[in-house]
Amino acid sequence: MARGFDVRRQPGFVTLATICFLALYLPIILLVIYSFNAGSSIATWEGLSWRWYVSAWQNQQVQEATVRSLILATSASVIATACAVLAALATTRKGRFRGYSAVFAMINQPLMVPEIVTAVALLIFFAVIKVQTGYTGLGYLIIAHTAFCIPFAYMPIRARLQGMDLGLEQAAMDLYATPWRVFRYVTLPQLWPGVLSGAMLAFVISLDDVVITEFIKSAGQETLPTYLLGQFRRNITPEINAISTALLAISVVIVLAFYFLSRNRK
Amino acid sequence: MPDPARRETRNRWLLLTPTLVVLLFAASGPLIIVLIYSFLTPGDYGGVVWKFSLDGWFNVLFNRDFFTDQVTFADAHLSIFWRSIKLSVLTTILTFIFGFPTAYFIATRPRAKRDLWMLLIMIPFWTNLLIRTFAVMELIRNEGTINTLLMRLGIIHEPIQMLFTEFAILLGMTYVYLPLMVLPIYASMERMDFNLVEAGYDLYATRWQVLRRVILPLVKPGVIAGSILVFVPSLGAYVTPRVLGGGTDLMIGNLIELQFGQGRNWPLGAALSLTLLVIVTVALLFYVRTAGEEDSHHG
Amino acid sequence: MIEIDRVRKEFGDGTDTFIALDDVSVTIRENEFFTLLGPSGCGKTTLLRVIAGFVDPTAGRVTLDGQDLLGLPPFRRPVNTVFQSYALFPHMTVAENIGFGLQMLNRPKAEVKQTVDEMLALVKMTQMAGRRTSEISGGQQQRVALARALAPRPKLLLLDEPLSALDYKLRKEMQLELKRLQAETGITFIFVTHDQEEALTMSDRIAVMNGGQIRQIGGPREIYDRPTDRFVADFIGETNFLAVEVLDFADEQARLRLPSGAEIAAHAPAEGIPRGAATLAIRPEHTSLCDPEGAALKGKLSDIVYFGTDTHYHVALDGDTRFVLREQNQPGGHEARAVGDTVGVRLAPGTGQVLRD
Repeated sequence: MARGFDVRRQPGFVTLATICFLALYLPIILLVIYSFNAGSSIATWEGLSWRWYVSAWQNQQVQEATVRSLILATSASVIATACAVLAALATTRKGRFRGYSAVFAMINQPLMVPEIVTAVALLIFFAVIKVQTGYTGLGYLIIAHTAFCIPFAYMPIRARLQGMDLGLEQAAMDLYATPWRVFRYVTLPQLWPGVLSGAMLAFVISLDDVVITEFIKSAGQETLPTYLLGQFRRNITPEINAISTALLAISVVIVLAFYFLSRNRK
Repeated sequence: MPDPARRETRNRWLLLTPTLVVLLFAASGPLIIVLIYSFLTPGDYGGVVWKFSLDGWFNVLFNRDFFTDQVTFADAHLSIFWRSIKLSVLTTILTFIFGFPTAYFIATRPRAKRDLWMLLIMIPFWTNLLIRTFAVMELIRNEGTINTLLMRLGIIHEPIQMLFTEFAILLGMTYVYLPLMVLPIYASMERMDFNLVEAGYDLYATRWQVLRRVILPLVKPGVIAGSILVFVPSLGAYVTPRVLGGGTDLMIGNLIELQFGQGRNWPLGAALSLTLLVIVTVALLFYVRTAGEEDSHHG
Repeated sequence: MIEIDRVRKEFGDGTDTFIALDDVSVTIRENEFFTLLGPSGCGKTTLLRVIAGFVDPTAGRVTLDGQDLLGLPPFRRPVNTVFQSYALFPHMTVAENIGFGLQMLNRPKAEVKQTVDEMLALVKMTQMAGRRTSEISGGQQQRVALARALAPRPKLLLLDEPLSALDYKLRKEMQLELKRLQAETGITFIFVTHDQEEALTMSDRIAVMNGGQIRQIGGPREIYDRPTDRFVADFIGETNFLAVEVLDFADEQARLRLPSGAEIAAHAPAEGIPRGAATLAIRPEHTSLCDPEGAALKGKLSDIVYFGTDTHYHVALDGDTRFVLREQNQPGGHEARAVGDTVGVRLAPGTGQVLRD
């Protein structure tokens, strides 16, 4: 085509888009850069150093929070994914059923209700249970995280299931596979990329949560995000940048894995 | 032979049981308790006394003078509501101004490259909101990157106070919720048939007219979805105003939190939570209705 | 032997029911290549799915060698299906796909392997055993689907338009291949298609279906030459329909009067045909052009369409009826006639079939 009239061009759009991309990444890049600062300022560069990573690594509070965050994210994402697989099987491909809208609304509730409202609700509810049972362990956080992870795990699994050829399961049944074996040898292997995606999203969401965790954690149950939140009001050193960078790195790696996983399917 | 329809129904609910139990316990169920608490009397040291009272709801909008029983508007609450709505609307507008051209930019890239551009939008979306807020905070602190740079360049001599202002909250929310605006607009735009744009130009429309009369109406569902996706979490924002704003009574989310500290007013907090929930629900219902109308238009 | 006895299937409930199968009865013999032929929506696929076990009929019985099939789930029926989309498992290799049924039947590993090898050889896919199903061509996928369905040695093989996704040449090839496989394995085939040519070339017997009913069952020749009703005559091949008056009937032969007044003899259904108005079906290739003088039918040539192997002549008969006839082209032949000529149509004796209306 001759370089005459470009149908797709709109004046100023490229500029605004460029600003948008720069704005999205500049703050994050600066944050990462200053995590390697030799000095203790987060705005004045004094040379390259690992010292803040070492210092974060040796910080006992950070260590405990990290372990807690990982335990929490792992258990919540595993349980949420298991629930989501069953729920997706029950709600997909079989046509609408009585109660479908209610179930769908319930599964998606954590996406629609503001986090602060859920946090307050859980604070009140768990306070009652804590008094009644005396149990103050990590269980509350796990079940709360599981609940808001379910929609994130459910979405990719459901999408995968919807895109799946019903004929494959019929073919398996035609070839003498009992319902359980149909699921085991045909449905599940087909569903696997969706399950993996769902679990990864759930893991990231749980790892990043701060509001709900902040409200319902018992004493001494800091996770990495709540620890960071607590530090922001104090004198900030690049140690916070170092922890943030590490947390960012985990999320980015998982998101990239998710991206390439879903890309390979096409 | 057992009735297959009944068996299927039984299996379905069996499969749904774990999910529903978790959600009832840690999502839907507790909301009902919030409703109950909003009608109780506050306890002296937080918590509640199991005595019916409408004060929680009354106090959302009004104050009753302790001594004179005189009823006045709760100005502090009203100004927080006003600020929350104002900042959320502004955030929605700002994310649209930047998000729409960005979505358009991505949708007009070659097909093979679009996924990669979208990945660039998605990565910030899936990374920690707290950390992104923190990144903004480092940027605009008095001793932060911007002020340091400006002072070194000699443009200013005193740091500009940006952190702990309303502007900081607006900036932070725009920054963290921007991907939520790009996502649905891009989804609509990618489905759009660019032959229609060509048809517009063919029929003598200028660039502005094509944008206004062809492209915008076609991607309207995406714009509405994006606006809701940004507006709803902005209204309930808690972390961003807490980190970037000054003081403690910043937006509805922070006002709610205040009610749950020691010696505070739990029923009021519960009523405020439900007020927020109602506003959000109205916004969502508005969206469902317009989206439904769009659907029926497209057949 | 599979007996289908008054099978009925209604979809929807109460107010808005659709009858997919309207009391269909048919007996299919051992070792037969039996075809269900009909336009889309005629119920042929539904009938196949009833036999496979994916659709529960509203009423009726289906038995295979005396065993009632309807109480059994699909995975307990000794019946296998070749699906229209092939439904090959994308996460398994060619060999794993073929062995799947035997594995599900818990056959010993050695036997599974041996049968898979046999099947691969049978469909000439031995080279491709380790490939993924996404890495082979459409024709090869078709063979794998066939081998997979044959591997468990079913009593009955159901084929749901299996050739519809292939291009013309490949389809011709697979038609012969299917005939060969059926002869070699001795398994009863029930084949569903909407392609009449496919049905005529492959089948031992054909059931023509429409509106959930079987309209005619018979061998290919019988179906083509002696259709019993107008739908069958119209659906299969090209047919001219003439309004005639039946004068007399005896011994499957009827005397008719044509609109032109001429009287001819034509074949009629064995159960007889009442006197009075009826329809006569005449195949275009059973007639030829002749001098208008003394011809039973005559009219004006309105169109001449060249088809390579033959030429179609469209004749506007007196009284506005359109009549198409077909003549084979000869080498070096040239067009002797032009549009607008008045021509006669020669009907060979015994041409045509009188239809029940």
